Amino acid sequence: MENLVTYIHDNYLYGAPVWLVGAIVQFVIALLLLMLFVAPFAGILSFLERRIAARIQDRIGPNRVGPQGLLQFLADGIKSLLKEDLIPRDADKPLFILAPYLVFLGMFTTFVALPFASKLVVADLNVGILYVFATSSLTVVGLVMAGWGSGSKWSMLGGMRSAAQVISYEIPAGLAALTVILLAGSLSMQTIIANQGAHPWQWYIFDNPFCTISFFILLISLTAEGNRAPFDLPEAESELVSGYNTEYSGMRFVFFFFAEWANLYVLGAIMTTLFLGGWQIPESLYKASAGMASWLPQIVQLVFFQVKTMVFVFLVIQLRWTVPRVRIDQLMALCWKYLVPIAFFCVIGTAAWMIILPDGSETVRYLLTALAGLTIVYYFYRVVYQLRVTRSELDFNPLV
Amino acid sequence: MAIQTQEMMLNMGPQHPSTHGVIRFVVLTDGEVMSEALPDVGYLHRSIEKIGEICEYHGFMPYTDRADYLSAMNANQGYAMVVEKLTGIQVPKRAEYLRVIAGEFNRIISHLLSIGALAMDVGAATPFVHALKEREKVNDLMEALCGQRLTYNYVRIGGVCYDMPPGFSERCLSWLDSFEPQMEEFDRLVNDNKIFIERCANVGIISTEDAIAYNLVGPNLRASGVDWDLRRDMPYSIYPELDFQVHVGRGEKGTLGDSFDRFIVRVREIRESMKILRQCFAKIPEGEIVGKIPKVVKPPIGECYVRTESSRGDMGYYLISDGTAHAFRLRIRTGSFTGMSIIQKISRGMMIADLVTLIASLDVVAPEIDR
Repeated sequence: MENLVTYIHDNYLYGAPVWLVGAIVQFVIALLLLMLFVAPFAGILSFLERRIAARIQDRIGPNRVGPQGLLQFLADGIKSLLKEDLIPRDADKPLFILAPYLVFLGMFTTFVALPFASKLVVADLNVGILYVFATSSLTVVGLVMAGWGSGSKWSMLGGMRSAAQVISYEIPAGLAALTVILLAGSLSMQTIIANQGAHPWQWYIFDNPFCTISFFILLISLTAEGNRAPFDLPEAESELVSGYNTEYSGMRFVFFFFAEWANLYVLGAIMTTLFLGGWQIPESLYKASAGMASWLPQIVQLVFFQVKTMVFVFLVIQLRWTVPRVRIDQLMALCWKYLVPIAFFCVIGTAAWMIILPDGSETVRYLLTALAGLTIVYYFYRVVYQLRVTRSELDFNPLV
Repeated sequence: MAIQTQEMMLNMGPQHPSTHGVIRFVVLTDGEVMSEALPDVGYLHRSIEKIGEICEYHGFMPYTDRADYLSAMNANQGYAMVVEKLTGIQVPKRAEYLRVIAGEFNRIISHLLSIGALAMDVGAATPFVHALKEREKVNDLMEALCGQRLTYNYVRIGGVCYDMPPGFSERCLSWLDSFEPQMEEFDRLVNDNKIFIERCANVGIISTEDAIAYNLVGPNLRASGVDWDLRRDMPYSIYPELDFQVHVGRGEKGTLGDSFDRFIVRVREIRESMKILRQCFAKIPEGEIVGKIPKVVKPPIGECYVRTESSRGDMGYYLISDGTAHAFRLRIRTGSFTGMSIIQKISRGMMIADLVTLIASLDVVAPEIDR
């Protein structure tokens, strides 16, 4: 690292301070790594989503391009690149062109603050969670721009819907996150994780009942913010043709979807960080892996973080292909009549809990953990039951 | 400066994902709430009635498939019945059974498509695919029976064109057995789904008076609480020998005659059709499949109107014969047309998302509107 910085400083940027060159080099490397991570990740997520959707619908799904169809997203990407770049005559051209990039930017910049492991984070901001919420709501500007700039009435309706929806759901999301911020006493993502433990009963979700409720509120709000079903009103294909992206084609269209899938990951990462202990691994595992190589604990932490995140990704994908879409008035009623008051209640409840039981209650933690365990067991029981009753023709084999 | 606002005119269709074919609505909206949706029909007019005056009687049968391609068997049967009644042709018992078997299968798959499309229009893609999956299996059965998967052209004047292939009834019965758990799964996925009920209950309420005044037929009429099914009340073919129930809307999740009632009536009719099919396979007699018919059918001078209960309700054929091999006038009366006509009244003050639910719940099929 130092060699590289000295090399660049001596050969190209002589005269600039060394620390600045070092910062720039670090920045570029981090960006490249993130780019390399996010880009294929969104692609593979698109494959996953299509495959899971196919299984839910008793289909096979993509299985032709590459092993098990894993490279389908590359083929689709190349196809989209080769498409004609069409801009409607009535479109507001600058807005139309700018919109997908803004959506993408809003999604992409959140990755900067995501803590993948105890040392694997681009920037551990002291306002980390605030930053993540702020940048991820930048996408709404892009969506409204796309809706307005397309010069189509369907797009405009979609853009308006997305504005109303994303802004409304920021409030319960922020309030739900506030319970965790109260407990951790910090906005930094790393501190929030460090304050939790590796075992489920040490996570914030099971800290007190109010936190468990805020967990669900945050999950619903983030799903709504990411325009995922059952809250995918801005792109409701049966009502608004395709909503804000009706007029988009080719690579611009892909950018919207890219952002959607990246957002799915951000959703999982935020939930994992705030409620599920992030990258925390048991002490024994840390010591065992650190004994083998100094960098190994980071990798184990990364794996733990990814697994937890993927749970949410799967959950949201499964939800999308199971439930119908809500109507716009029902969506608003859910937010303002239910989520916001309950979220307020949870914030006050958590504060009261912290005063009454400063160290928390072990019994409550174990009880909530056991309840969650039972819920998961019930979930798998239902899956098996479903497969048995309907005698599904595609069995549980994931490789078809 | 005073701010002036005006209603936005939206052109919904003819190319729109939820208008189910080429139907167009001119929607006047104020944001999400619309003041009116004006249906614009005629995009699929193919002059089928006029063709009926040019073709010979036998030759018109394939055209009836196209009058309502989602329940072609029922359309076939109605036309065959009107010619038989006017000419006085006797249909063998076995042929009647085969017609009812084919017709009820057709009713099942037509309703499956309808309820699946409703689920998709409220945003759930999965039920639609499951419905289509089962529909494909029935299509396979129909292919075994008559060689076609969509436009069957199976019914002939005086009977049907093919007998059951070997092993057909076993295949059908085994499909019925496998279909029952699928319907239960569908129930769990859709009927008991909170969001689905919220989207359908109290949406597009058609009162009993309106339903009668606008001449709604079939499941749409029954959903509004009118207990009227031609198969039971004006029986034809072998329906008097069969035991089945007629379901009417009860407004169990919302108001009588809402979209959920129309949906649930169709779901229950699928179960009744399955009951009818089991009875038919148990009772079907041996014998001829087509009666004694002349090569060129020439009904005597006169006129005749026959009503049948198709998947979309009362499907009527009105035939005037001048004694030649061609009809003098043929008129087809279909349920989708009247279904379309009520949308303008019901849609006032609805949200755009509800209009989509209403159209899907009325189960209007574009070719049946225009013929």
